[in-house]
Amino acid sequence: MDYFIVLLLIGLAVGLVSSALWISFLLAPRNPGGIKNEPYECGEETIGSSWVHFNVGYYLFALIFLIFDVEAAFLFPWAVVFREVGIIALIEAGLFISVLLVGLTYAWKKGVLEWV
Amino acid sequence: MNIADFFSIPILNISSSSWETVTIAQRAAQALSANSIELTAVFLVLSILITLSLLAGLGVVLIYAERKIAGHFQCRLGPMRVGWHGTMQALADVLKLLLKEDIVPARADKLLHLGAPFLSILATVLGLAIIPISPNIQVIDVNIGVVYVTAITGLGVLGALIAGWSSNNKWSLLGAMRAGAQIISYELSATLAILVIVLFAGSLQLSAIVQSQAEGWWIWRAHIVGVIAFFVFLIASTAELNRTPFDLPEGESELTGGFHTEYSGLRFAFFFLSEFVNMFVASALVVTLFFGGWMPFYIGNWEAFNSIMDLIPPAIWFAGKSAFFIFLLMWFRWTFPRLRIDQLMRLEWKILLPIGFANIFLASLVILTGFYF
Repeated sequence: MDYFIVLLLIGLAVGLVSSALWISFLLAPRNPGGIKNEPYECGEETIGSSWVHFNVGYYLFALIFLIFDVEAAFLFPWAVVFREVGIIALIEAGLFISVLLVGLTYAWKKGVLEWV
Repeated sequence: MNIADFFSIPILNISSSSWETVTIAQRAAQALSANSIELTAVFLVLSILITLSLLAGLGVVLIYAERKIAGHFQCRLGPMRVGWHGTMQALADVLKLLLKEDIVPARADKLLHLGAPFLSILATVLGLAIIPISPNIQVIDVNIGVVYVTAITGLGVLGALIAGWSSNNKWSLLGAMRAGAQIISYELSATLAILVIVLFAGSLQLSAIVQSQAEGWWIWRAHIVGVIAFFVFLIASTAELNRTPFDLPEGESELTGGFHTEYSGLRFAFFFLSEFVNMFVASALVVTLFFGGWMPFYIGNWEAFNSIMDLIPPAIWFAGKSAFFIFLLMWFRWTFPRLRIDQLMRLEWKILLPIGFANIFLASLVILTGFYF
């Protein structure tokens, strides 16, 4: 039932936004064209495409993020059963995280975490 | 179960004697198993109504509150003209945005440009549904609640990223990339802070996390570990909300409007709405995880004090605690200057993340030794 309601709410969100946009479509003035539809760059004309190369740093952070996010996904079930498993759970998770932390230290030493 | 029974269900349960969580989804499931189709429909409609009224009500109230609080922080009055003390201002804004032209840039990716506000609102609506407002007011209560919340936050990033990319505008693109980098980075710290509470509570279900705080809120029972986790979570969720001092994605002095530069009219309004309501979702999570959710504030075995606290219904407790954290977020905005992007990344990766890992380790040691209240 929970996930059925989630589906229902997805429908609600889509329905809400689309009906509101539809009402706005009926009420609001529409007068497209000309300079109004150019991208806004504080009055300057845009040179070339706006889909430009951006800082490679974003990709590096995304890669490190991916590793730690997957690790967090593994830690959720670990945290739930931690009390029952006890000290073994701590040692195992400690080994697992320390391997990842070696990676983080490597990235840190390589200067990946510096924003350039 | 028939319609008459429905009216006897205490939706706003005043007495705190029954603290067992009964969600709207459970009631609907019960009605369905009792072969009462009408009643199932009533509860399904109720779940939609609760979410919708939360979304609309919070949107209006929070926008008004933000403008009033901002005004008073700067020795201004804030909105005063529309209605008594400007109370109708938010409604007037909605009407104005409804009547504004919906401008789509000529070279934008039209489909994605249209789709982005849908994603943002979707994330907000799904986030609202899982908040345990009181034992009887919670729409859904999935048993992986905390993971669900983390996943929903990820959905919100997609909205910002798609909005910025599809606009075909350099400001928007930069804003979107910053939003993506910032939100995914701080999500790690938020997750690690949540994990500490999951370790203590032993459950991912939000109602179970609230129930586990019957003997004391985790910020108190988990003492130093809880306090560290709370501060990490507060900073990380402020960053995930793109609020000052972490508002780089829409830093208006450098990027005009960031990822929503090219949005106008109602499409812009939906980004705005989801941003404000997300503020409530984040505060509600802080309250649920660290401050006992809808549990009243008790002091030890002081019966006289505790019984007075019992008189306040759980929903009011929850609203009061969340209101405090929403006010705190608004207070941050007028206190801290915006960070630079290198400072932002250093704070997360070199300070908060190591603290988060050390805190998890400390928390598991604390649990193993039983050294908590």
